[in-house]
Amino acid sequence: MDFSYTETQDMIRDTLSRFLADTYDFDSRGKMIASSTGRDSGIWKALAQDLGMLGASFSEDHGGLGGGHLENALIMEELGKVIAIEPYLQTVVLGGGALKAVGGAVADAVIPEIINGNVIIAFAYAEPQGRYNLANIRTTAKKDGAGYVLNGHKGVVYAAPWATHLLVTARTGGANTDVNGVSLFLIDANAKGIVRRDYPTVDGFQASEIYFENAAIPADALLGDEGAGLPLIERIVDEATVAVCAESCGVTAKLHQGTLEYARQRNQFGQPISRFQVLQHRMVDMFMEVEQSKSMTTMATLKLDLPAAERMAAVSACKAKVSRSAQFVGQNAIQTHGGIGITQELAIGHFFKRATMIENQFGSADHHYERFERLTLAD
Amino acid sequence: MQLEFSPAEIAFQKEVRTFIAENYPENLRSVQDEGHDLSKEDFLSWHRILAKKGWIAPAWPVEYGGTGWTATERFIWSEELAAADCVGTMPFGLSMVGPVIYTFGTPEQKAKFLPGILSGDDWWCQGYSEPGAGSDLASLRTKAVRDGDDYIVNGQKTWTTMAQYADWGFFLVRTDADAKAQEGISFLLIDMKSPGVTVRPIITLGGEHEVNEVWLEDVRVPVANRVYEENKGWTCAKFLLAHERTGIAAVARSKRGVEKIKAIARTEQDGDRPLIANPFFKRKISELEIDLTALEFTELRSLAGEAAGKGPGPESSLLKIKGSEIQQRITELALEAVGHYGAPYFRGFGEGDNEHPIGPDYAHRAAPTYFNARKTTIYGGSNEIQRNIIAKMVLGI
Repeated sequence: MDFSYTETQDMIRDTLSRFLADTYDFDSRGKMIASSTGRDSGIWKALAQDLGMLGASFSEDHGGLGGGHLENALIMEELGKVIAIEPYLQTVVLGGGALKAVGGAVADAVIPEIINGNVIIAFAYAEPQGRYNLANIRTTAKKDGAGYVLNGHKGVVYAAPWATHLLVTARTGGANTDVNGVSLFLIDANAKGIVRRDYPTVDGFQASEIYFENAAIPADALLGDEGAGLPLIERIVDEATVAVCAESCGVTAKLHQGTLEYARQRNQFGQPISRFQVLQHRMVDMFMEVEQSKSMTTMATLKLDLPAAERMAAVSACKAKVSRSAQFVGQNAIQTHGGIGITQELAIGHFFKRATMIENQFGSADHHYERFERLTLAD
Repeated sequence: MQLEFSPAEIAFQKEVRTFIAENYPENLRSVQDEGHDLSKEDFLSWHRILAKKGWIAPAWPVEYGGTGWTATERFIWSEELAAADCVGTMPFGLSMVGPVIYTFGTPEQKAKFLPGILSGDDWWCQGYSEPGAGSDLASLRTKAVRDGDDYIVNGQKTWTTMAQYADWGFFLVRTDADAKAQEGISFLLIDMKSPGVTVRPIITLGGEHEVNEVWLEDVRVPVANRVYEENKGWTCAKFLLAHERTGIAAVARSKRGVEKIKAIARTEQDGDRPLIANPFFKRKISELEIDLTALEFTELRSLAGEAAGKGPGPESSLLKIKGSEIQQRITELALEAVGHYGAPYFRGFGEGDNEHPIGPDYAHRAAPTYFNARKTTIYGGSNEIQRNIIAKMVLGI
């Protein structure tokens, strides 16, 4: 057992932290979100080509730094500290995770392009009726000659307007919610028959409703075995869930820090409000939630490669705790700021918005408590 | 970073597990199983076995009798002790005054006191709280006045755990009445058999005699028994409290407690289903278990920090707060789980009485344990005081 970071991991954190401090101040972030594309594509290129950051979690054979889940967690935490809107989760954690899992020619072709910043992947898995059940899929992929034809509607696909590729879950067989018959495809985002409705999200990203209207895709777009994709999807979603928990650690650490700074300089009743014990204890409770989120994220990150049942229990334990912590820290950060906290003027409110979206991303606390109970608390 | 144990760590785990299985006293096991209060000899029997093996003080530096185990090995040790339901060793010597003596004591004090702590020959108690000095510990009034090579000590201490068995006590006393609160305090080691020391029991809610009042009337204490400088005892007191707080997380024991609740909830019926199938009760268990995992990994991160030369610092207050809350929740759930049979008051079998007591075995101690666990958020600095400590020392507000 060992809880220390390697020198390379420390270097990744320090390098990224310095870069983001220079590029992602509050005003710059606001400007990129307000721009026509809703992002600054130069930052992604710099992360890839100047910093080599997008290769941190890929093998050296693919041109990466040889890391894995821990590197993804480190990077997501740093991105959280500036509420970055980079599509790292979608491209590297989800897309890269799927490609690493299936390997072969498609991985050899696409991973190097992820690393050099040319590929952006969006994960089209959620459907309006599906809530957090990954097998609740109505989108169909029907065999058609050598390839498939996609039909269906995917909802709230983060980063889709920026994507070169879509990672899509679809039914090649079975009925809605069947475990069997689910397949995973990596397709060209601009293929014919894909209709997008783009919109901004409340936490600063861009997302889309995606409609597949007889979109023809080639046979080699299939990742893994046809109809047996659910375990792979569950695995990458678990990896992504822990990654957003790591992001949450960064977001809530900043919410807490910002609250402390504000309470020290805000005067009421002739003294800084940080002197009031009722607020001190609340800020201590926030601190404890942040620390416990870090502990749970470390735990779950280290258990991502265990057998599926153990992995899922660990991930759900982590997300259940982190979701609640994100809510507690976020709400109390706003409360401690008072009126100014609910305006667009301070960064704190923007951190709160991201924390709030993280709460339910890949499943609410209730969803994860229930999954944890199913796996560990049989009658 | 990795969670797996190395082959050496697995071998270590096997070694300690075997040792416990082969050496834990059978009679102690039956005393525990039948729900009796443990006697001084019960506690000491296991202590002496560990002392003889050289495993009584894993946290101490090797030169003073520690084991030299790594943080991981100590983690394994505490897990194995809890898994085998071993009684704890008394913390007053091993976790409290021992570290103070080897850190601040003179060579003579180390030679005189450390062997007795390790062997179990000296039972220690803690003279901190007073009737008028609880959370505001520094307002303590027990007075020590210099008289030649002695101090004359007068005052009253309270909540003195297991003082009825104690050979020695470590006491915070005021040696300078004019100094500001924390500055006029000294740390004295007092022979509990000294003339003028009176120990009176306080019976707590579960009917236990665990804590006492200690009266000190013109007690002569050699100046040689003062640890560290006169009027600098607060330094020792703070150091001791930080040490006390890390063990207080009690992660391994709480894990065992959660397992016991699950077992009870699988046995108890709730209508036509076992209690564990009740979604509300199930949710309480899963919340508890997940919070315990968060505590466990917070402690592991903290131990890793310690191994890298940091701590135990004020962040150990976090372990105390969360650890004590979890201990209490375990007792709450156990009491809730046993239903009706939380009510009968069972004090163990009387002499010659071995009839089957009322209700299931696991229900006997549920209520007394619940009542007793209220202490965990109060002792060692109440959880409100711990929040003050974090606010001041960690957050800087």
